[in-house]
Amino acid sequence: MSIRTKEILIAGIILIISVIVYLGKVYDWFGSAQFSPTLSVIVIVIIFLALLYILIRTIQGKLIDRRTVFVFVGFAVVLPFFMSITQNIRISPEVQQVYNAMSTLQPGSKVLISFDYDPPSAPELQPMAESFITYCLSHDISVIIIGLWPQGPQQANLALEIALENEAVKAKNPQYGINYVNLGFQTGNEFVIQRMGTDFRSMFQTDYSGRHYDDIPLVKNIKNFSNIDYSFNLSAGYPGTQEWVQVAVDRYGLWMGAGNTAVQAPMMYTYLNAGQLEGLLGGMNGAAEFEKVCGITGKGTKYMLSQSFAHVVVIAFILIGNVAFFIGGRKKKLDV
Amino acid sequence: MRREVPLMITGIVGIAFVLQYFIPHWPFSQLNTWFSDWFSIISAFAIWLGALNLMKISFQKITRKKSDWGYSVVIVLSFIVIAVIGFYEGESFREPGTNFSWLYEFVYTPLSATMFAILAFFVASASYRAFRARNLEATLLLVAAFFVMIGRVPIGDNITSFLPENYQLSQVASWIMTFPQTAGQRAIMIGIALGLVSTSLRIILGIERSHLGGGD
Repeated sequence: MSIRTKEILIAGIILIISVIVYLGKVYDWFGSAQFSPTLSVIVIVIIFLALLYILIRTIQGKLIDRRTVFVFVGFAVVLPFFMSITQNIRISPEVQQVYNAMSTLQPGSKVLISFDYDPPSAPELQPMAESFITYCLSHDISVIIIGLWPQGPQQANLALEIALENEAVKAKNPQYGINYVNLGFQTGNEFVIQRMGTDFRSMFQTDYSGRHYDDIPLVKNIKNFSNIDYSFNLSAGYPGTQEWVQVAVDRYGLWMGAGNTAVQAPMMYTYLNAGQLEGLLGGMNGAAEFEKVCGITGKGTKYMLSQSFAHVVVIAFILIGNVAFFIGGRKKKLDV
Repeated sequence: MRREVPLMITGIVGIAFVLQYFIPHWPFSQLNTWFSDWFSIISAFAIWLGALNLMKISFQKITRKKSDWGYSVVIVLSFIVIAVIGFYEGESFREPGTNFSWLYEFVYTPLSATMFAILAFFVASASYRAFRARNLEATLLLVAAFFVMIGRVPIGDNITSFLPENYQLSQVASWIMTFPQTAGQRAIMIGIALGLVSTSLRIILGIERSHLGGGD
């Protein structure tokens, strides 16, 4: 079979799977599919035994192909979606800090959320956005949304859709323009933040759908950051939390917490420890912890089992790789 | 003049921004407002410039039948489809329920997420092949990575639930993140900041001219 035929075949298979997944999402085919606890344990034991078998083969000097690693990672991510196993999620101090800051806000307070990410980072940041907005709207805290990334406001709309479906939020009957508003994207990176510090209106003259700033009751009296009670930045890179801290927090004294991707979160500990950030949600784990502390069951909690499994599998392969390294001698390289 | 004018603009704007940070009063505050607004306007044009440049390069690749020109066809078609639908649906094109929104949610989002998700497979494969305890430094990194990876997910605490709370894996990971990791990050950030200051000064003063192109 030629490479071109293989490519076409793979593209066809991906297309068929995509159509099935799309139809499954529309008609909710996968929502109720669940392994029993016994079956879940059996699946875990099988994966563990398979890893053990690979370790034994490695000790015998038979190395595995990288495609085997791909298959294991794939199973580790997908299978837990169907498992009925609960994990005890412990709240870390940085997540508790975000929650504590939120708890001090009175009904009617205004929270600014900046959506500085795009779909690739959504699996980590979207659960944070959904639970954060849900918490705000269910506690009568007004939400002002902006985006320094072009796709940010669209991600905000998706998060709003989920939040507005929550029963506690529905009970409050939040109104667009009064309880929440999406001011859309503005180009200019940290210059946008800087201008917002002196004149909020100059950067967002209309909202996401073209409504004039002065016609929106929630924001018409907001002149600069001094009218914002708390800010939350969801960031996946530049511009993001670092720029918000350097401009809005340091210069204008904005009180701010952040939600970052797991890759970016370690950089933010410097700001967190210095008191420039009031709390940090790091990666999907941060999202799951925030959901737990807020009493919301969302995607973060649901996906944590997958993340746990994926981490264990990666660690297992690192150990196996090191076993191969020490057995094969330091000079011998793995042919994978 | 092709070099002097950009150098002059860079110098004036750079100095104005430095001054307005320390003297946030008129006239520097006004200069800050003007330059920030100009920056936003130039950035907006840059987006168009980027999009049109992408189209130009893609068209050239298609017409000259360069390698992988098929991908350029996909780029051009995607650009046209998204732009036409966006313009056709008017000002509310991004509202939920529009065709643009459907494309965003069910085409763009899954495709972008898929590209990013592939990273998980490559990270796992790369870790298996390259993450070796070759020497003391690599071993320290390996041990720290082990504790952080397992301690940042709930399964870490489940495995060590028999230990006192302060010795459970999440606490160990938290300690690594808060102290040694932060110390390292601070050192890197201070180094970067010093480098940025010196490079910025060189650009503002016109010593560094490589950003203008054409050597020296």
